[in-house]
Amino acid sequence: MEKQFQLNLKKKSKLKFSVTVTLKKDVLDPQGKVVQNTLINLGMKNLINIRQGKFFEIELNDKNEIEAKKKITEMCEKLLVNLIIEDYKINKI
Amino acid sequence: MKSTVIVFPGSNCDRDIAVALEKMQFKNKMVWHKETKLPKSDLIVIPGGFSYGDYLRSGAIAGKSLIIDEVIKAANSGCYVLGVCNGFQILTETGLLKGTLLRNKNLKFINQDVHIKVINNQTKFSSKYKKDQILEINIAHNEGNYFTDNSHLEIMKKDNLIAFRYCNEKGIVDEKYNPNGALENIAGIYNSKKNILGMMPHPERMMDKTISNTDGVNLFSSLLNL
Repeated sequence: MEKQFQLNLKKKSKLKFSVTVTLKKDVLDPQGKVVQNTLINLGMKNLINIRQGKFFEIELNDKNEIEAKKKITEMCEKLLVNLIIEDYKINKI
Repeated sequence: MKSTVIVFPGSNCDRDIAVALEKMQFKNKMVWHKETKLPKSDLIVIPGGFSYGDYLRSGAIAGKSLIIDEVIKAANSGCYVLGVCNGFQILTETGLLKGTLLRNKNLKFINQDVHIKVINNQTKFSSKYKKDQILEINIAHNEGNYFTDNSHLEIMKKDNLIAFRYCNEKGIVDEKYNPNGALENIAGIYNSKKNILGMMPHPERMMDKTISNTDGVNLFSSLLNL
């Protein structure tokens, strides 16, 4: 019973976020270009543009969404993102 | 002259550069990245390689390692720091050098001897070279495409912070002779105090005629006069 209660508590205090990192608009994305050209060669005629990026799923032991988001922002700016060339978006999932 | 080479998991030019330093009579020590103290040194070298398997971004994880705090402190208090290849990438990740190194424009790992031009020979790293001297030096990298914003580029030009540019054997700097797409053919840069040099080419590979040439020797002999 006690164990179950703690397990529930643990579940409740867990927040999950996604972080998407992409190259800034004016930074050349050669990987994206190659993927795009290959897809066009495969017959995807309506393809306009592809930018390749990175995706992180981050779980935090936190109840407060605002605080948690602040922490994720800090993670992005300290390590996950190179702010000179990359932009990022944080989403709650 | 005392030098220190920082070693990360995945560094693979650490011993080459140690051999080059010792050949030039530096008293060299190797320091593992988990150390928290640096031996007293006149020069700190961050060698080439693939620290942490280039996870996240080249140099990103090494740029946050324990010893790096000490490197930053030493650099800020005037110690000379040389970053070669992955070492250059690590220095940009720490913020000691501005800008960043993107993937090569052609998306290929490039390993070849290229020509570079000495743009500034008025520094502790380059005083033994002549201005505009052309060197033939090996490059071996996947992310050597230097990029920075316009305002930093202008400052670098104004303050003579561009160390080397890619060129042809006659010294002509042109996009045609740019192996990796680097902004304005930049192969190496200094920080504003000119005590930190980051460069993609490998001077430690050009120390002996029997295996290559001796175009890298003068970089180390310039540093002997620290």
